[in-house]
Amino acid sequence: MKNKYSIFSLIKNAFSYHENWQRAWRDPEPKKEYDAIIIGGGGHGLATAFYLAKKHNMTNIAVVEKGWIGGGNTGRNTTIIRSNYLWDASAGLYDHALKIWEGLSQELNYNVMFSQRGVMNLAHNLQDVRDLKRRTHANRLNGIDAVWLNTEEVKKFCPIINTSPDIRYPVLGGTLQKRAGTARHDAVAWGYARGADAMGVDIIQNCEVKGIKRNGDGIEGVETTKGFIKTKKIGVVAAGHSSVIANMVDLKLPLESKPLQALVSEPVKPIIDTVVMSNAVHAYVSQSDKGELVIGAGTDAYVSYTQRGSHDVVEGTLKAILELYPIFSRMKMLRQWGGIVDICPDASPIISKTHIKGLYFNCGWGTGGFKATPGSGDLFAHTIANDEPHKLNADFNINRFVSGDLVDEHGAAAVAH
Amino acid sequence: MFLINCPYCGERDQSEFSAGGEAHIMRPKQPTELSDDQWAEFLFMRKNIKGVQFERWNHAHGCRKWFNMVRDTSNDKIHAVYKMGEKPPSK
Repeated sequence: MKNKYSIFSLIKNAFSYHENWQRAWRDPEPKKEYDAIIIGGGGHGLATAFYLAKKHNMTNIAVVEKGWIGGGNTGRNTTIIRSNYLWDASAGLYDHALKIWEGLSQELNYNVMFSQRGVMNLAHNLQDVRDLKRRTHANRLNGIDAVWLNTEEVKKFCPIINTSPDIRYPVLGGTLQKRAGTARHDAVAWGYARGADAMGVDIIQNCEVKGIKRNGDGIEGVETTKGFIKTKKIGVVAAGHSSVIANMVDLKLPLESKPLQALVSEPVKPIIDTVVMSNAVHAYVSQSDKGELVIGAGTDAYVSYTQRGSHDVVEGTLKAILELYPIFSRMKMLRQWGGIVDICPDASPIISKTHIKGLYFNCGWGTGGFKATPGSGDLFAHTIANDEPHKLNADFNINRFVSGDLVDEHGAAAVAH
Repeated sequence: MFLINCPYCGERDQSEFSAGGEAHIMRPKQPTELSDDQWAEFLFMRKNIKGVQFERWNHAHGCRKWFNMVRDTSNDKIHAVYKMGEKPPSK
C-alpha cells in the first residue's frame, strides 16, 4: 500500500529528517509471463500502464525500459501543453489530454506542477494573421478556448516582446490559449510510475528489448537483456526508436527519426510569465520555476539517433529569439541537448493496432508529444484492452497512410517543425 | 553536425547540404497499376534505420547536385559517398 502524499506526511517525515520516505516504486525482476507488456518507460508508456491498470483492470502487466524511466524525450522536452490544433481529429485528441491535465495532480496524488499560464502564438505576416485567425475560429467551434490579440494586446500580455514595426519579422498579432501552459515533465513520469506501481504494474528499468518472438499471426513474447518474457499483447511506446522495434518484426512505419534540440539559460528573476511561440521565425520561449529561460529549437533535417543536433539549428533559433526579445541579448545559455523524435509525414501521431495480432504502436508524436501524455496513455490503454480504438484515436490509425485520409497538421498546428 | 565530402566539391559543412531521405527507393514504372498498399509503401513507409543507412543528399548551397551517401545514423559517421547511378558499396 502506498502512503498518501500530503501536508501531514511532509511534516511527519520532517521529524525523521526525510530519511524514511517510502519508495515511490519497486524495482522488480521480470516475471515469466504478463498479460501485456509496454515497451518504453517514458511518460506515454507509463501513462498507458497506469490507465490499463486503473480503467481496464489489467494489473498483471509490465513496462520495460532500456534506460531509466523518463530519461528519454519525457525529460528532454520544453514542457509545453496546449490543444489549439486546427483539425477536428487533433482538437479532440489534444483537448482530451488537456482536460486530464487539469485534474492530474489530484488523480495521481503527485504534484506535476501543471501551470495554466497561457500559450501565445505570434503572427509575423499577412498569411500568418489569416491562418491564426482561422485557427482560433476552428478551435472555438471545437469548444477550445482561443482568442486573437492585436499587436498592442500582445505587448500588454507579454511586455518584453519587441513589437517595433521595423524589425525583420514584425509582430502583427497573435493567438492566446489561456488554458494552455506547462508542467514539470519529470514529475509526470514519476507520478504515473508511482501510480501504476501501486496497482501492481512491474516497472522494469535497464531492460532493453532485443527482439519480438512471433507465433503465427500473433506474438509469443519479447526477448530482453533480462531474458525472455512471455506475453500476448505488446504496446510499443518507444518514441524515436519505434522503427527499431518495428524492424524486429519486419514492419515498416511511415516514420523518420530526427534530433530535436532545446536549451536553457542561466536562471534569472521572473521576466516572462507565459509561453510565447512563433511559427514563422521558429522560436519559442518560457521560463521555468527555477528561473531558466526554456528555449525550443527545430529539428535537424536528416535522420539521426545521436541525441545532439546541429549547431546551425540552435544559431537560427537564438537569432530569432534575440530579434523578438532584445532584452535577452546578454543572457548566457547553460545547457543544450537533443532528443530523438519520430515524425510522421502528416505530423500527427499513430495510436493504432497493426496487422500483427496483439501488437500495438503508439508513435509518431514527433516534436509535440509531451502535451498529449495523459490523453495518449488513456486512449492507447483503451486500444490495447479492447483491441479496437477509442473514437478519439480512430482517425490516428496506421492505415491512414494507405487510404490517404491523413490528419495534416504540418502547417495547421500552432508551430511547424 | 558533421562534414560531408561532396563528390563534386570536396569536404564542406553539413549545413550546406539538404537530406533527401532513404536512397534506392525506385519510383514505380507504372504508378497507375499500383494498389493503395504498394503506393503507401513507396510514398511513406521507411526503414528509418538506427545504424548504417543508404541515403540521398543534395549540395543545396553548393553545386546543387544530388549524390548518395552511406552514413551510420547512430553516430553520424559517414562510411562512403558515391555519385547517382553508381553501384552502392557493400556494407
